[in-house]
Amino acid sequence: MRWRRRRPKGRDLTCQQAVALVTAYLDGGLERDDRELFEAHLKECEHCAEHLKQIEVTMAVAGRVRDDDLDPLAREDLMDLYRRWRDDPAPR
Amino acid sequence: MARGSLRTLVAEGVTTTTGSDGAAPAPTTRPAVDEHDLIRRLRAGDEDAFATVVERHHAAMVRVALGYVRTPAVAEEVAQEAWLGLLRGLDTFEGRSSLRTWLFRIVVNRAISTGVRERVHLPVDNSALETENGHFSQDGRWVSPPVHWADEAVDRLAAPELAQRVRLAIELLPPQQRQVVTLRDVEGLSSTEVCEVLGITEGNQRVLLHRGRGRVRGDLEREMLS
Repeated sequence: MRWRRRRPKGRDLTCQQAVALVTAYLDGGLERDDRELFEAHLKECEHCAEHLKQIEVTMAVAGRVRDDDLDPLAREDLMDLYRRWRDDPAPR
Repeated sequence: MARGSLRTLVAEGVTTTTGSDGAAPAPTTRPAVDEHDLIRRLRAGDEDAFATVVERHHAAMVRVALGYVRTPAVAEEVAQEAWLGLLRGLDTFEGRSSLRTWLFRIVVNRAISTGVRERVHLPVDNSALETENGHFSQDGRWVSPPVHWADEAVDRLAAPELAQRVRLAIELLPPQQRQVVTLRDVEGLSSTEVCEVLGITEGNQRVLLHRGRGRVRGDLEREMLS
Protein backbone atom coordinates (compact mmCIF):
# COMPACT_ATOMS: atom_id res chain seq x y z
CA MET A 1 0.00 0.00 0.00
CA ARG A 2 1.31 3.39 -0.94
CA TRP A 3 1.88 5.77 1.92
CA ARG A 4 -0.06 8.95 1.44
CA ARG A 5 1.07 12.18 2.90
CA ARG A 6 -1.45 13.66 5.30
CA ARG A 7 -2.68 16.98 4.11
CA PRO A 8 -1.40 19.69 6.46
CA LYS A 9 -3.94 21.29 8.75
CA GLY A 10 -3.94 24.85 9.98
CA ARG A 11 -3.28 23.83 13.58
CA ASP A 12 -0.08 22.00 12.63
CA LEU A 13 1.56 25.39 12.99
CA THR A 14 1.07 27.87 15.81
CA CYS A 15 0.34 31.49 14.99
CA GLN A 16 3.72 32.46 16.41
CA GLN A 17 5.45 29.98 14.12
CA ALA A 18 3.45 31.16 11.12
CA VAL A 19 4.35 34.81 11.78
CA ALA A 20 8.02 33.85 12.15
CA LEU A 21 7.91 32.29 8.66
CA VAL A 22 6.33 35.25 6.84
CA THR A 23 9.55 36.75 5.49
CA ALA A 24 10.91 33.41 4.32
CA TYR A 25 7.56 32.65 2.71
CA LEU A 26 7.48 35.93 0.81
CA ASP A 27 11.03 35.27 -0.39
CA GLY A 28 10.10 31.85 -1.69
CA GLY A 29 12.57 30.50 0.85
CA LEU A 30 10.40 27.80 2.43
CA GLU A 31 10.77 24.12 1.66
CA ARG A 32 7.63 22.62 0.15
CA ASP A 33 6.48 20.99 3.39
CA ASP A 34 6.86 24.21 5.35
CA ARG A 35 5.15 26.19 2.64
CA GLU A 36 2.17 23.85 2.67
CA LEU A 37 1.96 24.04 6.45
CA PHE A 38 2.14 27.82 6.28
CA GLU A 39 -0.51 28.10 3.60
CA ALA A 40 -2.81 25.67 5.40
CA HIS A 41 -2.49 27.75 8.55
CA LEU A 42 -3.19 31.00 6.71
CA LYS A 43 -6.30 29.51 5.14
CA GLU A 44 -7.74 28.79 8.55
CA CYS A 45 -6.41 31.72 10.56
CA GLU A 46 -7.73 35.16 9.75
CA HIS A 47 -5.35 36.78 12.23
CA CYS A 48 -2.24 35.46 10.55
CA ALA A 49 -3.74 36.14 7.12
CA GLU A 50 -4.26 39.75 8.16
CA HIS A 51 -0.69 39.92 9.48
CA LEU A 52 0.69 38.69 6.16
CA LYS A 53 -1.43 41.22 4.33
CA GLN A 54 -0.12 43.99 6.60
CA ILE A 55 3.46 43.01 5.86
CA GLU A 56 2.69 43.01 2.13
CA VAL A 57 1.07 46.43 2.25
CA THR A 58 4.03 47.71 4.31
CA MET A 59 6.33 46.53 1.50
CA ALA A 60 4.08 48.17 -1.07
CA VAL A 61 4.15 51.53 0.73
CA ALA A 62 7.93 51.26 1.17
CA GLY A 63 8.20 50.79 -2.59
CA ARG A 64 6.55 54.19 -2.98
CA VAL A 65 8.78 56.27 -0.77
CA ARG A 66 11.36 56.69 -3.50
CA ASP A 67 12.00 60.20 -4.57
CA ASP A 68 14.18 60.11 -7.63
CA ASP A 69 14.13 63.83 -8.31
CA LEU A 70 17.64 65.00 -8.67
CA ASP A 71 18.82 68.31 -7.28
CA PRO A 72 20.00 70.28 -10.36
CA LEU A 73 23.13 71.35 -8.48
CA ALA A 74 23.99 67.77 -7.64
CA ARG A 75 23.47 66.83 -11.27
CA GLU A 76 25.76 69.64 -12.41
CA ASP A 77 28.45 68.59 -9.89
CA LEU A 78 28.30 65.06 -11.22
CA MET A 79 28.46 66.14 -14.84
CA ASP A 80 31.56 68.19 -13.95
CA LEU A 81 33.04 65.14 -12.28
CA TYR A 82 32.47 63.14 -15.45
CA ARG A 83 34.01 65.78 -17.71
CA ARG A 84 37.08 66.02 -15.49
CA TRP A 85 37.47 62.26 -15.52
CA ARG A 86 36.99 62.10 -19.27
CA ASP A 87 39.55 64.81 -19.93
CA ASP A 88 42.06 63.31 -17.53
CA PRO A 89 41.20 59.70 -16.80
CA ALA A 90 44.40 59.08 -14.84
CA PRO A 91 43.76 58.49 -11.12
CA ARG A 92 43.92 61.71 -9.17
CA MET B 1 -7.36 50.83 -6.14
CA ALA B 2 -9.08 47.48 -6.36
CA ARG B 3 -8.66 45.14 -3.45
CA GLY B 4 -7.12 41.76 -3.95
CA SER B 5 -4.47 43.12 -6.27
CA LEU B 6 -1.95 43.54 -3.50
CA ARG B 7 0.36 40.85 -4.71
CA THR B 8 0.56 42.50 -8.07
CA LEU B 9 1.14 45.86 -6.41
CA VAL B 10 3.89 44.53 -4.27
CA ALA B 11 5.40 42.69 -7.19
CA GLU B 12 5.50 45.92 -9.16
CA GLY B 13 7.04 47.94 -6.37
CA VAL B 14 9.31 45.25 -5.07
CA THR B 15 11.02 42.45 -6.92
CA THR B 16 10.92 40.08 -4.02
CA THR B 17 7.55 38.42 -3.91
CA THR B 18 7.06 34.83 -4.79
CA GLY B 19 5.17 33.69 -7.84
CA SER B 20 1.75 32.12 -7.46
CA ASP B 21 3.41 28.71 -7.20
CA GLY B 22 5.55 29.95 -4.34
CA ALA B 23 8.73 29.43 -6.31
CA ALA B 24 11.67 31.70 -5.65
CA PRO B 25 11.74 34.77 -7.87
CA ALA B 26 14.20 34.73 -10.69
CA PRO B 27 17.46 36.35 -9.70
CA THR B 28 17.63 39.91 -10.93
CA THR B 29 21.39 40.22 -10.81
CA ARG B 30 21.81 39.97 -14.56
CA PRO B 31 22.40 43.37 -16.11
CA ALA B 32 19.74 44.89 -18.32
CA VAL B 33 20.43 44.54 -21.99
CA ASP B 34 21.13 48.23 -22.53
CA GLU B 35 23.68 48.39 -19.72
CA HIS B 36 26.45 46.99 -21.88
CA ASP B 37 25.74 49.75 -24.34
CA LEU B 38 25.69 52.38 -21.57
CA ILE B 39 29.01 51.15 -20.20
CA ARG B 40 30.54 51.26 -23.66
CA ARG B 41 29.33 54.84 -24.12
CA LEU B 42 30.55 55.85 -20.65
CA ARG B 43 34.01 54.55 -21.48
CA ALA B 44 33.88 56.53 -24.71
CA GLY B 45 33.15 59.77 -22.83
CA ASP B 46 29.49 60.15 -23.79
CA GLU B 47 27.92 62.77 -21.49
CA ASP B 48 24.36 61.70 -22.31
CA ALA B 49 25.17 58.20 -21.14
CA PHE B 50 26.49 59.55 -17.85
CA ALA B 51 23.44 61.78 -17.42
CA THR B 52 21.26 58.72 -17.97
CA VAL B 53 22.94 56.60 -15.31
CA VAL B 54 22.99 59.52 -12.89
CA GLU B 55 19.25 60.07 -13.36
CA ARG B 56 18.67 56.38 -12.89
CA HIS B 57 20.78 55.70 -9.83
CA HIS B 58 21.98 58.77 -7.96
CA ALA B 59 18.95 59.31 -5.69
CA ALA B 60 18.98 55.63 -4.76
CA MET B 61 22.70 55.77 -4.02
CA VAL B 62 22.14 58.67 -1.63
CA ARG B 63 19.39 56.65 0.09
CA VAL B 64 21.71 53.67 0.41
CA ALA B 65 24.46 55.89 1.82
CA LEU B 66 21.96 57.20 4.35
CA GLY B 67 21.85 53.67 5.71
CA TYR B 68 25.37 54.35 7.00
CA VAL B 69 25.70 58.05 7.60
CA ARG B 70 23.53 60.41 9.56
CA THR B 71 23.26 63.49 7.41
CA PRO B 72 22.03 63.90 3.83
CA ALA B 73 25.06 66.09 3.07
CA VAL B 74 27.50 63.32 3.97
CA ALA B 75 25.38 60.80 2.07
CA GLU B 76 25.55 63.04 -0.99
CA GLU B 77 29.35 63.19 -0.66
CA VAL B 78 29.59 59.42 -0.35
CA ALA B 79 27.45 59.01 -3.47
CA GLN B 80 29.63 61.47 -5.39
CA GLU B 81 32.76 59.59 -4.37
CA ALA B 82 31.09 56.41 -5.50
CA TRP B 83 30.55 57.87 -8.95
CA LEU B 84 34.25 58.64 -9.14
CA GLY B 85 34.88 55.07 -8.04
CA LEU B 86 32.65 53.87 -10.86
CA LEU B 87 34.52 55.93 -13.44
CA ARG B 88 37.89 54.71 -12.22
CA GLY B 89 36.71 51.14 -12.29
CA LEU B 90 34.92 51.33 -15.64
CA ASP B 91 37.60 49.39 -17.46
CA THR B 92 37.40 46.53 -15.02
CA PHE B 93 33.61 46.24 -14.97
CA GLU B 94 32.77 42.88 -16.46
CA GLY B 95 29.01 43.06 -16.26
CA ARG B 96 28.70 40.05 -13.99
CA SER B 97 26.36 41.96 -11.74
CA SER B 98 24.01 44.77 -12.68
CA LEU B 99 25.33 48.31 -12.80
CA ARG B 100 23.04 49.15 -9.90
CA THR B 101 24.37 46.36 -7.70
CA TRP B 102 27.90 47.41 -8.55
CA LEU B 103 27.19 51.07 -7.74
CA PHE B 104 25.51 50.20 -4.45
CA ARG B 105 28.49 48.08 -3.48
CA ILE B 106 30.84 50.99 -4.16
CA VAL B 107 28.57 53.26 -2.08
CA VAL B 108 28.64 50.82 0.83
CA ASN B 109 32.42 50.45 0.62
CA ARG B 110 32.89 54.21 0.51
CA ALA B 111 30.55 54.73 3.43
CA ILE B 112 32.44 52.14 5.44
CA SER B 113 35.86 53.48 4.48
CA THR B 114 34.93 56.95 5.69
CA GLY B 115 34.80 55.31 9.08
CA VAL B 116 31.18 55.92 9.79
CA ARG B 117 30.00 52.36 9.93
CA GLU B 118 27.90 51.86 12.97
CA ARG B 119 28.11 49.01 15.44
CA VAL B 120 27.04 45.58 14.37
CA HIS B 121 24.06 44.26 16.29
CA LEU B 122 24.15 40.59 15.44
CA PRO B 123 23.25 38.01 16.47
CA VAL B 124 19.68 38.96 17.11
CA ASP B 125 17.68 37.96 20.10
CA ASN B 126 14.71 35.88 19.04
CA SER B 127 12.36 37.12 21.73
CA ALA B 128 12.84 40.71 20.63
CA LEU B 129 12.33 39.54 17.07
CA GLU B 130 8.90 38.19 17.76
CA THR B 131 7.50 41.04 19.82
CA GLU B 132 7.90 43.35 16.83
CA ASN B 133 5.52 41.12 14.93
CA GLY B 134 2.89 40.57 17.61
CA HIS B 135 2.52 39.16 21.09
CA PHE B 136 1.93 35.47 21.59
CA SER B 137 0.96 33.26 24.47
CA GLN B 138 3.09 30.33 25.57
CA ASP B 139 1.22 28.00 23.23
CA GLY B 140 1.89 30.34 20.32
CA ARG B 141 -1.51 32.00 19.98
CA TRP B 142 -2.07 35.70 19.44
CA VAL B 143 -2.49 37.48 22.78
CA SER B 144 -4.18 40.37 21.07
CA PRO B 145 -5.14 39.48 17.50
CA PRO B 146 -4.21 42.02 14.85
CA VAL B 147 -6.64 44.83 14.18
CA HIS B 148 -7.65 44.67 10.52
CA TRP B 149 -6.37 47.63 8.53
CA ALA B 150 -4.52 46.10 5.58
CA ASP B 151 -7.42 46.38 3.13
CA GLU B 152 -7.93 50.01 4.01
CA ALA B 153 -4.21 50.64 3.56
CA VAL B 154 -4.36 49.07 0.10
CA ASP B 155 -7.11 51.54 -0.77
CA ARG B 156 -4.95 54.40 0.52
CA LEU B 157 -1.69 53.13 -0.92
CA ALA B 158 -0.93 56.37 -2.75
CA ALA B 159 -1.62 58.58 0.30
CA PRO B 160 1.44 60.76 0.98
CA GLU B 161 1.04 60.46 4.77
CA LEU B 162 1.50 56.69 4.57
CA ALA B 163 4.68 57.01 2.51
CA GLN B 164 5.91 59.72 4.87
CA ARG B 165 5.28 57.55 7.92
CA VAL B 166 7.03 54.56 6.36
CA ARG B 167 9.98 56.69 5.24
CA LEU B 168 10.41 57.92 8.80
CA ALA B 169 9.98 54.43 10.23
CA ILE B 170 12.77 53.15 7.97
CA GLU B 171 15.04 56.05 8.96
CA LEU B 172 14.58 55.15 12.61
CA LEU B 173 15.48 51.47 12.22
CA PRO B 174 18.79 50.22 13.62
CA PRO B 175 21.47 50.61 10.90
CA GLN B 176 21.62 47.07 9.58
CA GLN B 177 17.85 46.71 9.42
CA ARG B 178 17.63 50.10 7.74
CA GLN B 179 20.19 49.07 5.12
CA VAL B 180 18.42 45.83 4.29
CA VAL B 181 14.88 47.27 4.26
CA THR B 182 16.01 50.19 2.10
CA LEU B 183 17.66 47.94 -0.46
CA ARG B 184 14.92 45.32 -0.51
CA ASP B 185 11.68 47.23 -0.12
CA VAL B 186 12.51 50.76 -1.25
CA GLU B 187 14.99 50.02 -4.04
CA GLY B 188 13.55 46.63 -4.91
CA LEU B 189 16.73 44.56 -4.95
CA SER B 190 16.51 40.79 -4.69
CA SER B 191 17.83 39.03 -1.59
CA THR B 192 20.79 37.77 -3.63
CA GLU B 193 21.67 41.30 -4.67
CA VAL B 194 21.35 42.62 -1.13
CA CYS B 195 23.68 39.93 0.18
CA GLU B 196 26.14 40.84 -2.54
CA VAL B 197 25.96 44.58 -1.84
CA LEU B 198 26.16 44.31 1.94
CA GLY B 199 28.40 41.26 2.14
CA ILE B 200 26.06 39.41 4.48
CA THR B 201 24.67 35.88 4.41
CA GLU B 202 21.20 34.98 3.19
CA GLY B 203 20.22 34.03 6.74
CA ASN B 204 21.36 37.33 8.22
CA GLN B 205 19.65 39.22 5.46
CA ARG B 206 16.37 37.50 6.18
CA VAL B 207 16.52 38.04 9.93
CA LEU B 208 17.30 41.74 9.48
CA LEU B 209 14.54 42.10 6.92
CA HIS B 210 12.04 40.28 9.13
CA ARG B 211 12.78 42.52 12.10
CA GLY B 212 12.92 45.70 10.06
CA ARG B 213 9.68 45.05 8.21
CA GLY B 214 8.03 44.12 11.49
CA ARG B 215 8.93 47.48 13.00
CA VAL B 216 7.89 49.43 9.94
CA ARG B 217 4.61 47.52 9.92
CA GLY B 218 4.07 48.59 13.53
CA ASP B 219 4.60 52.24 12.65
CA LEU B 220 2.31 52.01 9.65
CA GLU B 221 -0.30 50.44 11.90
CA ARG B 222 -0.09 53.38 14.30
CA GLU B 223 -0.62 55.71 11.35
CA MET B 224 -3.59 53.69 10.09
CA LEU B 225 -5.25 53.58 13.50
CA SER B 226 -4.58 57.19 14.45
